[in-house]
Amino acid sequence: MNMVLKNGRLIDPISGRDETVDIHIVDGMIETIRAGMPVPASAEVVDMKGKIVAPGFFDMHVHLREPGFEYKETIQSGCTAAAAGGFTGVACMPNTNPAIDDEAVIRFIHERARAALGGLVDVYPVAAVTVGRRGEQLAPLAELATAGAVAFTDDGDPVHDAEIMRRALEYAKMFNKPIIQHAQDLPLTKGGVMNEGFNATTLGLPGMPAIAEDVMVARDIALVRYTGAQYHVAHMSTAGSLALIRRAKKDNLNVSCEVTPHHFTLTDDAVRSYDTNTKMNPPLRTRDDVEAMKEGLRDGTIEVIATDHAPHSFDDKQVEFQFAPFGIVGLETAVGLAMTELFAKGILSLYQIIERLSTNPRRILHLPPILIREGEEANLTIIDPSVEWIVDVQRFKSKSKNSPFHGRTLIGKAVGAINNGKVYWAS
Amino acid sequence: MPLHSKHLLGLDGMPKEDIELILDTAVSFREVLERPIKKVPPLQGKTVANLFFESSTRTRLSFELAERRLSADVLGFQAAGSSVAKGETLKDTARNIEAMKIDMVVMRHSAAGAPHYLSTVINSSVINAGDGGHEHPTQALLDMYTLREKFDRLEGLHVCIVGDIAHSRVARSNIYGLKTMGAKVSVCGPATLIPREIERLGVDVYYHIDDVLPRVDALNVLRIQLERDAGRLFPSIREYHNFYGITRQRLEKAGRDIVIMHPGPINRDVEISADVADSENSVILQQVLNGVAVRMAVLYLLGTR
Repeated sequence: MNMVLKNGRLIDPISGRDETVDIHIVDGMIETIRAGMPVPASAEVVDMKGKIVAPGFFDMHVHLREPGFEYKETIQSGCTAAAAGGFTGVACMPNTNPAIDDEAVIRFIHERARAALGGLVDVYPVAAVTVGRRGEQLAPLAELATAGAVAFTDDGDPVHDAEIMRRALEYAKMFNKPIIQHAQDLPLTKGGVMNEGFNATTLGLPGMPAIAEDVMVARDIALVRYTGAQYHVAHMSTAGSLALIRRAKKDNLNVSCEVTPHHFTLTDDAVRSYDTNTKMNPPLRTRDDVEAMKEGLRDGTIEVIATDHAPHSFDDKQVEFQFAPFGIVGLETAVGLAMTELFAKGILSLYQIIERLSTNPRRILHLPPILIREGEEANLTIIDPSVEWIVDVQRFKSKSKNSPFHGRTLIGKAVGAINNGKVYWAS
Repeated sequence: MPLHSKHLLGLDGMPKEDIELILDTAVSFREVLERPIKKVPPLQGKTVANLFFESSTRTRLSFELAERRLSADVLGFQAAGSSVAKGETLKDTARNIEAMKIDMVVMRHSAAGAPHYLSTVINSSVINAGDGGHEHPTQALLDMYTLREKFDRLEGLHVCIVGDIAHSRVARSNIYGLKTMGAKVSVCGPATLIPREIERLGVDVYYHIDDVLPRVDALNVLRIQLERDAGRLFPSIREYHNFYGITRQRLEKAGRDIVIMHPGPINRDVEISADVADSENSVILQQVLNGVAVRMAVLYLLGTR
């Protein structure tokens, strides 16, 4: 590899740079960063005019499905989808089969990830909080952390038992690892398949009230206050839980949260078609919740945009709404939705989008910051901020096509990813 | 003038003229049912598949009778003992049955939206015979037919639906249909059985039955399901009967002639006392008879569209 990214707009929250430069990369290392530099004869020149060069994007909430559900996604296909969506790093969730509750599974994932795209996408396993994610008994958190787990969660399900949650927080704190909570009170959502409210009432579908998320976050904040541990709310969806986290941050608790592109874009009106690609957990909420998510992103309460990329096969979703599995894919639409819904609408600056898609999730997971300077490894995402494109699920690199955004016009797209000496250009 | 849709999935969004067309068409079939020979030929050569993925006696028999009265060939299917028990999907089951060249599907299903989904994967007309807690359009149509028979109009009538509104497809279809036809609709039941934001459909909510009785022309009394999350949604059947049961004493106190409907099957002396169910004001058996005529009208209009 020997190339010059010519005339790109480098936006780097770590160094604070925002300027048009040429970046010369040789064998994955940044040789030179300079405006208008003479191109070495041996180097390939890639025209970056009008494009943005940013530190590599990181999606801290991805379901890669392997091991166990390879018909939905594999580490190979998931990493390709990540690269196509502009992500050079992902954190993968432990609801595999077997669950990531044993260091052997972590080693397996690392090995597969190194083989996918030559290791372009860094895959960081998030291990289970409890054995088998059953919520009864702590998983070997110390062993898992030592093997490389970056955080713990039973995602897909909440850690429901307050005693287990308390002990998990205390134990994980010893290793400086966050507990990521899928915040859902289970009795309040029993049988539910969509947001409780007017749409559920008219559609006759069992509801999952917003308060189910709120009460779990409220309880957890009390536990965090007591234990002093680090806590992160996965896929936040309600105005109520956002207000709780905002308050907890004011109180200097070590808490953070993420929002998915679908939760800052769609409301539960989308469910009116009974399209199973609008079914996910947490469900799409109301207009007020969507507006709250945008305000949370704007004021910095929500530090992270994460996709909750949840692949399901075509046949998995070709069933009655109530019987369909929860979840949608997100890796390949996230940047486009963030640019369209947040940047184009003036909610976030490019700088803030890059923080929420790169710098902040890495910081929360205690990963080393990406340094864009000479002598460092190139870990970069390239965005075309002005390209208009139509989402076509058939062009997804993910094995699964379960997206409610098929046919939607977006402005802005990730077009390239560079990491570990490998390059991926989106077609 | 044909119906606007080739399916009858629900009354939500159905135009007023379509509802009127079905009710008007049902009048002539109602007359057929009084003849010594109750069979007419319009669906001769057409095949209707009745897919009942949830147990039903009265709706299934009513549809079957309506189909036979119209000379259709009838294919019956009940989930128990079928391939569904072996794990076949709805899509595969329906497509296999459709491969045998059928024209219409009547479906009862426990999942809301199942007929909407079905209509996207097969070509036949789909008639919703009840989908989960969503809609039961032919029930609401026969309820409206019965009310129209009794009052000669729907516009301006005040109908109160009493009971478990949250889980009731009958309630939803009645609300959609009656509101479209210009009736006033209210619902009454314990707060735990009233779904969120139902008032946005333009209905009044009452929690005390005696508050609403003096104001209504008709009651549609829903069956209260004894087994529904016993004790979690309401304390007991005894308490329900004492606070919401439609009794002669309550009706007398209201001082009005109120028409009593019930979609059946009745729990006598639970949601309705036996003497009210059997009283002069009860049109429960007319509903059953009208149900056949209304279903004939729907089958006829969709089958000859």
